[in-house]
Amino acid sequence: MIYVTRKIEFSASHLYHNPALSAEENRRLFGKCNNPHGHGHNYVLEVTVAGERDPVTGMVLDLKELKDILQREIIERMDHRFLNYEVPELAGQIPTCENIARAIWRLLEPRIARGRLHRVRLYETPDLFVDCFRDGANGAPG
Amino acid sequence: MKLELTRRYRFSASHRLHTSKLSEEENRRVYGKCANPYGHGHNYVLEVSVSGPVDPATGMIANLAELDEFVERRVLQEFDHRNLNEEVEAFRDAVPTAENLCQEAFLRLRNFPAARLERVRLEETSLNSFEYAGDDRERTAK
Repeated sequence: MIYVTRKIEFSASHLYHNPALSAEENRRLFGKCNNPHGHGHNYVLEVTVAGERDPVTGMVLDLKELKDILQREIIERMDHRFLNYEVPELAGQIPTCENIARAIWRLLEPRIARGRLHRVRLYETPDLFVDCFRDGANGAPG
Repeated sequence: MKLELTRRYRFSASHRLHTSKLSEEENRRVYGKCANPYGHGHNYVLEVSVSGPVDPATGMIANLAELDEFVERRVLQEFDHRNLNEEVEAFRDAVPTAENLCQEAFLRLRNFPAARLERVRLEETSLNSFEYAGDDRERTAK
């Protein structure tokens, strides 16, 4: 098995607020992430596909194809957007790194035609990231 | 799918790699300049990975403020700007190699109440890193 990883970046704003909770509870749970005007991050997304090499091309998948999928599914949906209001896949959810990574997994998983999506790693900052794996898979390698 | 959240922390500390079980000559042979009697230091990076279900009310595996506070109290306060040999009980006997330090950090963090500690990864320099995910015995011991 070979693991191929492609990285992209997108920039977006968000805020954390749960309308089922009081204003005070929101502030306590979410701290400055609860600022009603929102704030933003430069997200870095690493997408890892696992598969065997095609004997003719020597490739697991065509990286250009993966690049196009990432452009269409992720960049066009999320880049320079307010995630709470402009991304239907996150509607009704708090756009935490966990929920965004999960939404990205669900968007990409059915689109990967060659190989299998192995891991989605989303960095919200260089010091905070979330990994999303297939059930039963472990973190390594990739 | 499975989700893991990883947070990176930093601390700076000094140590000396030396064991009374070996002669001075053997210490110098095994540990090289790391056995220098006055010690030396590193800027360590500690990556802490936790997993668990995403709470629908918060969108989080674990509240970062709680994780930060726990890591700060259990590890950073006791390691940062310290001499590990002299000031950390675990290294009165054990040599504070990055391997031992990585395991010690895991043991100090394994009882994080809000999520399951998956592993810790320790960068001693930008060129060396170490990972420890515990064993069953350590997970059940308190």
